[in-house]
Amino acid sequence: MIRLAATLGFAFLYAPILSLVVYSFNESRLVTVWGGFSTRWYGALLADEQILDAALISLQVAVASATIATVIGTLASLALARHGRFRGRFLLGGMVTAPLVMPEVVVGLSLLLLFVAMEQAVGWPAGRGFVTIVIAHATFGAAFAAVVIQARIGALDRATEEAAADLGAGPVRVFLDVTLPGLAPALVSAWLLAFTLSLDDVVIASFVTGPGASTLPMVIFSKVRLGVSPEVNALATLVIAVVSLATGLAAWQTMRTRR
Amino acid sequence: MRRLVALAPLLWLGLFFLAPFAVLLKISLSEPAIAQPPYLPLAEWADGIATVTLNLGNYIFLGEDPLYLLSYLSSARIAAVSTLITLLIGYPMAYVIARARPGRQGVLLMLVILPFWTSFLLRVYAWIGILKGNGILNNLLLWLGLIDAPLVLIQTELAVHLGIVYTYLPFMILPLYASLSRLDGALLEAAADLGARPLTTFATVTLPLSRPGIVAGSMLVFIPAVGEYVIPALLGGPDTLMIGSVLWNEFFLNRDWPVASAVAIVMVVVLALPIAVLRRAQGGDA
Repeated sequence: MIRLAATLGFAFLYAPILSLVVYSFNESRLVTVWGGFSTRWYGALLADEQILDAALISLQVAVASATIATVIGTLASLALARHGRFRGRFLLGGMVTAPLVMPEVVVGLSLLLLFVAMEQAVGWPAGRGFVTIVIAHATFGAAFAAVVIQARIGALDRATEEAAADLGAGPVRVFLDVTLPGLAPALVSAWLLAFTLSLDDVVIASFVTGPGASTLPMVIFSKVRLGVSPEVNALATLVIAVVSLATGLAAWQTMRTRR
Repeated sequence: MRRLVALAPLLWLGLFFLAPFAVLLKISLSEPAIAQPPYLPLAEWADGIATVTLNLGNYIFLGEDPLYLLSYLSSARIAAVSTLITLLIGYPMAYVIARARPGRQGVLLMLVILPFWTSFLLRVYAWIGILKGNGILNNLLLWLGLIDAPLVLIQTELAVHLGIVYTYLPFMILPLYASLSRLDGALLEAAADLGARPLTTFATVTLPLSRPGIVAGSMLVFIPAVGEYVIPALLGGPDTLMIGSVLWNEFFLNRDWPVASAVAIVMVVVLALPIAVLRRAQGGDA
């Protein structure tokens, strides 16, 4: 009974994804009417300059913001896990939790207003676009990165760090030679999570962007608001293929290292 | 050096997460204007005297036009119903994962998280193809002979519920799994040995002990769902009132930044309680 419910739950998770893949190979423009097998929408996708340009911007934003997010997330996690009680601890704890649940429309609007106010007051950032999207994504990415990294820091054995310190390593040396390698898997996960979230965001980017900087989700969103589009199905299938491949490789790598 | 570790994230998040709320509050108290940016400054310097005019007009406007109150209530209702459905679907899944062999637990958890890594926007989009008039579900039901004419599924509140449940299911399952996997099997055996039937054991042992997971999971779904914009925009209809869409329209269509800010401030105030509940459920001060 409960197993059946769980199986149905998994079917519910995967059926829509499967439908995207199947109908991306549909000849008919009417997406849900089967018109025979075809790969024409992949051709149309690769010829769509607007989508390709947006994809390039999105990838650049995602790489930059995920990198900043991981650095901030790591520092915040280290401070929260290792520094005991310090001034600002409560504040920092709140600021890494709240972005996880804060509605995107609120985050997007408030950041935009900040950018506008900053431009008026100090002249930076001049206009909005790439830089402001990176800052916005790095900020909520940092909160998610901190969740992943904090879980790992809790599991690290402090004795190794203490041993290194006893043997005369300075704090920087201990961090680089002991703490950082121990955190490496979590840092990779955190970076990938921040990268994915950035690549996926439509609401916050819509608020903080400026002319000329449309990210891929913004372009997709404007296309699908008008209804289904077979090109978007092809794009979705490519995304699903990349994610499945990467996950498969990661799982294989973990199993190999465990042996 | 040690100071810097805490200082850098404090400064970044302070500037780009906390400070924006101060600006938001400020703009919500200013007067709309046809200008660039479209609001009047709060403080003015005239003859060496600073005058600060706080304008509560935007908040009064929110109270007077029933659209806003109705939207807040409707968002809260839609989010609450969706959260309940997510809990009902997520609980058995988390339970089965937590009771599976250790080797399989990892695989099943992976299966829960995997959709989360593929685009959220594309997964919501998938439901358009399934639910629309000549979509997959209607065709299936017609073919099975269960219905005679296509049902209206898209652009309904039902579709919005589906979209929210589908999107946020992993956020419910993960905390539920975390608390269910910590559950001591010996407690269940003890209850059974003492004559409790499975349902009684569930109601008196499993359910109360998984409460932190239920609370955390429900808040992780409820809070973002209240302010959801993309799901109602793609799956909802013209009569689906959600406050996230109201805010979006005030900003992008009406270009009324002060009213949009007031809508956001009220949303944050309303959500402060569930956010506090979430922080408690996740374990105190961190």
